[in-house]
Amino acid sequence: MTNADRNRLKDKAFQFFGIFCTFIGLAVLAVFLIDILIDGIGRIDWEFLNNLPSRRAHRSGIYTAWIGTLWILLLTTIIAFPLGIGAGVYLEEYGKKSRMATILEINIANLAGVPSIIYGLLGLEIFVRLMALGGSLLAGALTLSLLILPIVIVTTREAIKAVPRSIRDGSFALGASKWQTVWYQVLPASFGGILTGVILALSRAVGEAAPLIVIGALAYVPFAPASPMDEFTVLPIQIFNWISRPQAAFTTNAAAAIIVLLVITFILNGIAVYLRHKWQKRIKW
Amino acid sequence: MSKKKNKLEAIDLNAYYGDFLALKNINVSMEENLVTAFIGPSGCGKSTFLRTLNRMNDYVDGFRVQGQILLDEQDIYRKEVQVDELRKQVGMVFQKPNPFPKTIYENVIYGLKIQGISDKTLLQETAEKTLRQTTLWDEVKDKLHKSALALSGGQQQRLCIARALAISPSVVLMDEPTSALDPISTAKIEELIYELKKNYTIIIVTHNMQQAARVSDHTAFFYMGELVEFAKTKTLFTSPKETRTQNYITGRFG
Repeated sequence: MTNADRNRLKDKAFQFFGIFCTFIGLAVLAVFLIDILIDGIGRIDWEFLNNLPSRRAHRSGIYTAWIGTLWILLLTTIIAFPLGIGAGVYLEEYGKKSRMATILEINIANLAGVPSIIYGLLGLEIFVRLMALGGSLLAGALTLSLLILPIVIVTTREAIKAVPRSIRDGSFALGASKWQTVWYQVLPASFGGILTGVILALSRAVGEAAPLIVIGALAYVPFAPASPMDEFTVLPIQIFNWISRPQAAFTTNAAAAIIVLLVITFILNGIAVYLRHKWQKRIKW
Repeated sequence: MSKKKNKLEAIDLNAYYGDFLALKNINVSMEENLVTAFIGPSGCGKSTFLRTLNRMNDYVDGFRVQGQILLDEQDIYRKEVQVDELRKQVGMVFQKPNPFPKTIYENVIYGLKIQGISDKTLLQETAEKTLRQTTLWDEVKDKLHKSALALSGGQQQRLCIARALAISPSVVLMDEPTSALDPISTAKIEELIYELKKNYTIIIVTHNMQQAARVSDHTAFFYMGELVEFAKTKTLFTSPKETRTQNYITGRFG
């Protein structure tokens, strides 16, 4: 066997290995999805979406949970969106290259890797106790905002970085201030990327149960929340609760709720893909 | 040289990027309503010098200047000078056309819009006037509200010039404005420069010596951060005093 033969063989081998790796991931996901669909799809109907949770599995619904999830989604967006973009813009456009800035940068990147339950403990101490918000939607949304802020900041910076220097120069040369340049040029040009990042971060927040359990979100809420100060539950907590029941009927409920949660996540991801695509087409440098 | 008024003047100017001395003791004056060309090999400091004239280097970390640059006899590096005010007087056109990813109309009126001018008639009149000045009007009048990125490179560059003229500067800086363009677009820009000098003082950096010879009245030759020779363009190209200038314009280096 010549060297060239050996190289070709290695090439083939690596190709198969790559295919194998890709399929392992996809196969596991597919099996999981199919299993969930078989278990849960038959349970989803109008009543399941509109019923309050109950001790009896067949009368139990996810009304409070999905309303809670939508509330959390909305409030987290309102909090994390401006804060994350503001911080990203500052770090990328204003922050001078200094020791401090480098330390800040590394820490933000590290924060993105902190386990979510730690954020829950932080939220419990600061929002629930210190700010006396209790186990309210607001406390939950603030906690989840903390959780996704690092991701939002990092993606904002990446999107802003992709705007060419020449656009900023053009704006400055016409007498624009830094703020005007950011507002009229940099943000519009990078908004697609920023939005994509924010939405992907939100779809992560929607799936979180641990930090919300820590701050005291309840598994059983007899009414749907009507204001940010109300107690709440969310889909992941409801699912967690049902899964831990011994009766098989509750497991079916859990599967159905998982499908609803997945649909919400897929919709969010779909919007993100759509926006990215739309903005990429609009702006070509 | 001539009796025209000095529009811009550098006095004992040194410029640094950190510890690196990029411009060494530059003394030169640029006269009103003339075209002054800066030539020299890459890295000789001509673009750096151009960018000190509207303080575009302010945003570069570690950049600083010593000495003075006078615009109408006032030092532009004084503390009380607001750079945005300075740039309304000293416009700039870049090497690569850099239209904003917006419509043609929005590109032209951007400079006015950020000054808070919202009078529609005034904006429209200015847009038409500057687009006519840059001979772009007939080509774009039917697509003013289409994206500027759809224009050709040459059209984009003329749009960038129109955009700079819209805020009525008295000086226009051009940093190799045709280096990314084809010969026909280049010719159009050169004609334009010739027209513009009636109303504006123009400073142009160019790598193309024929271009400097064609469009400029005065030429400055930079080499390794020094201003080697400054003279009437004709004189500099036909009978340079310095051997370094001679070597450069005859193509022996650079």
